[in-house]
Amino acid sequence: MPKMNMIQAINSALDIMLERDPTVCIFGEDVGYFGGVFRATVGLQERYGKHRVFDSPLAEGGIISTAIGMGINGLRPVPEIQFSDYIYPGFDQITNELAKLRYRSGGEWSAPLTIRTPCGGGIRGALYHSQSPEAYFTHTAGLNVVMPSNPHDVKGLLISSIESNDPVLFFEPKRLYRGPFNGDPHKVPTWTNQPGGDVPEEYYKTPLGKAAIIREGADCTVITWGAMVHVSRKAIEQSGLNAELIDLRTLVPLDIETVAASVKKTGRCVIVHEAPRTTGFGAEVLSLVQEHCFWHLEAPIIRVTGWDTPFPHTLEWQYMPGRKRIVRALKKVMQE
Amino acid sequence: MADSQAELHKARESASQSNGQDGKTEPCLRVPEAPHRPGEEPRFSRFSQQPGDLHRPDPLVDYTELRPHANGLVRVLDDEAHASGPWNPEIDAETLLEGLKIMVRIRHFDSRMLTMQRQGRLSFYLESKMEEAVATAAGLALHPDDLLFPSYRQHALMLIRGATLLDMACQCIGNTRDNAKGRQMPVHYSWRQGKIVSISSPVGTQFPQAVGAAMAADYFGRPQVVASWLGDGTAAQGDFHYAINFASVYRPPIILNVVNNQWAISTHRNIATGGRSFAARADAYGFPGLRVDGNDFLAVYAATAWAAERARRHGGPTLLEMYTYRGGAHSTNDDPSRYRPADEGRFWPGGDPVERLKQHLIHLGAWTEEQHESLNQDTARTITEVVKEAETYGTMNEGPYDPPETIFDDVYEELPPHLKRQRDELLGEQD
Repeated sequence: MPKMNMIQAINSALDIMLERDPTVCIFGEDVGYFGGVFRATVGLQERYGKHRVFDSPLAEGGIISTAIGMGINGLRPVPEIQFSDYIYPGFDQITNELAKLRYRSGGEWSAPLTIRTPCGGGIRGALYHSQSPEAYFTHTAGLNVVMPSNPHDVKGLLISSIESNDPVLFFEPKRLYRGPFNGDPHKVPTWTNQPGGDVPEEYYKTPLGKAAIIREGADCTVITWGAMVHVSRKAIEQSGLNAELIDLRTLVPLDIETVAASVKKTGRCVIVHEAPRTTGFGAEVLSLVQEHCFWHLEAPIIRVTGWDTPFPHTLEWQYMPGRKRIVRALKKVMQE
Repeated sequence: MADSQAELHKARESASQSNGQDGKTEPCLRVPEAPHRPGEEPRFSRFSQQPGDLHRPDPLVDYTELRPHANGLVRVLDDEAHASGPWNPEIDAETLLEGLKIMVRIRHFDSRMLTMQRQGRLSFYLESKMEEAVATAAGLALHPDDLLFPSYRQHALMLIRGATLLDMACQCIGNTRDNAKGRQMPVHYSWRQGKIVSISSPVGTQFPQAVGAAMAADYFGRPQVVASWLGDGTAAQGDFHYAINFASVYRPPIILNVVNNQWAISTHRNIATGGRSFAARADAYGFPGLRVDGNDFLAVYAATAWAAERARRHGGPTLLEMYTYRGGAHSTNDDPSRYRPADEGRFWPGGDPVERLKQHLIHLGAWTEEQHESLNQDTARTITEVVKEAETYGTMNEGPYDPPETIFDDVYEELPPHLKRQRDELLGEQD
């Protein structure tokens, strides 16, 4: 099976969908001739033409709103927002328009957008190239929110998202594009020979709303998504514990069945995410676990998260949840 | 009630199959092209406007008088670097020399910082090569009390407003001497003592803020002008349009600069706008817009001084399009040879602002080639010393930085209880 990194897998998914569906089109800043600042759309303009893959003016609000109009009038746009930190000029259009269009028209109108956007830290990108803004969008009814953690899933989930008739916020942890960053910035492996690095050339779908059990275990359950999947896996290895690791993959809709079954089995739960703690999506997961698994819990649920501060530049590694922070949480959840 | 899924499917089918009576599909979405791409000969025509072509009216004139200026080009230095025409600001050689020295320092500083980035001693860098006159001449034409909202390519303003190269190098490294405490990426300066507002990465956000700051100046009745800068690509953002609209409504003392350096990463300016001139946008809002030769130090100085006088005499806003060229990559994460001809800069008709001002000073008898060469050498030496000193306050890889618990400072004026708890958690991690 071909080896791909996440960028190649994204490119492959886009290529397939442009080929299969003449209404799929891609636009955004630098995505046309240049192929995107992360190279996700390389070669696609050349292959499918300028009207299918094209550059936009630098205006995220303009990109999202025109994509909605294109979606309303029969297209299936896959706009790119260059960094998720820059998505906010489109926030009104996403939360008030895109998310509510089907509802407010009694099901008459909808716009099947998939908004691709790189997220997350670990690249020394400071306040504005590091954010994980998923919780702003999980809080809005009408949006699906996806954050894959490996090349295999990113391709399958992107195809599912594009085919979905509901809008999808598709967050790509940029730290994982070239390899499964596991907490050590000086030693990032490539995707070759890593789980998830084998990616079929052809069309396939990874279902929305289905979590993945990355590692089975009996001692406790670690629930996470995005880059923290790999950091958590390494932390579990270091802790010596037999923890079960769940990659949510899709935040909305959330696969509570997989989560609840695991926590009921282990009785202990740690939730890890990169975004700040207060009203982060971990708070929602925690509430659901409490609702579904209260009588099975043997210890309070612990969250390991980014701090409630902006994302700093030089102190990036003190900000981001690392292995040490996760190992401490694992030990603590076992002590109770 | 129609099945909405089926309707959608039908709409998509019809979009993909037919848009005419004959049932044939003929896509006709118009997407602009850059004028030239790698492997092609760069196409630039020489500037047709010459110094003296455009008159210089009193700054309080009605904006309609400036219509020729919005589509023309305000110039003072001709192709041989001689100054002429009504826009000649007639400034003394001392000020010109100050400007030249600042531009030379910035160019050397940029070049050294790029090297440091390549050596892994900086995380990132953004240079302002070939557009140094835009910030330098404007900064010198404004009053020290005027408030500045730059973007990330006007760092010459830092030197004009009293920051040193050492201050700037320490910010770029993010060490213990960085006045912004290592919070931001390199070149995202903040310099309150010199009235430079903190620079943000999201582009264009500063433009309407600057208009608000100018409204505050009027609110207090201060004789203060506010100036802001953004790029040609950024002029597509909603924030640009908020700014010119609010400026046109409240008519505060604001100078709005669009630095048209032709490229926004790979996006050529003709993908940023379908219009011909950014300056002409002001006309629709009822205030003057002028297009200025941005590599002509004297023209930038003159246009800025004109707009500042207009603002100070309560004439309201001015939009200045600084017509220039991005001489380098967008940033150290960018390789422009992938999307523009590698030698494009050689064909740029606007010349090099440092070279043009140098030649002009030589014509005036105030400068020589030898003096310029020793300025280059002295500046290079100074910067070597500056970098050495800066790294005594901490290097990017080894630190020291501000201590980890400072992550929680300045989120609020005072540390709230939940951040105190998180700070204690973080300190518990350190061993």
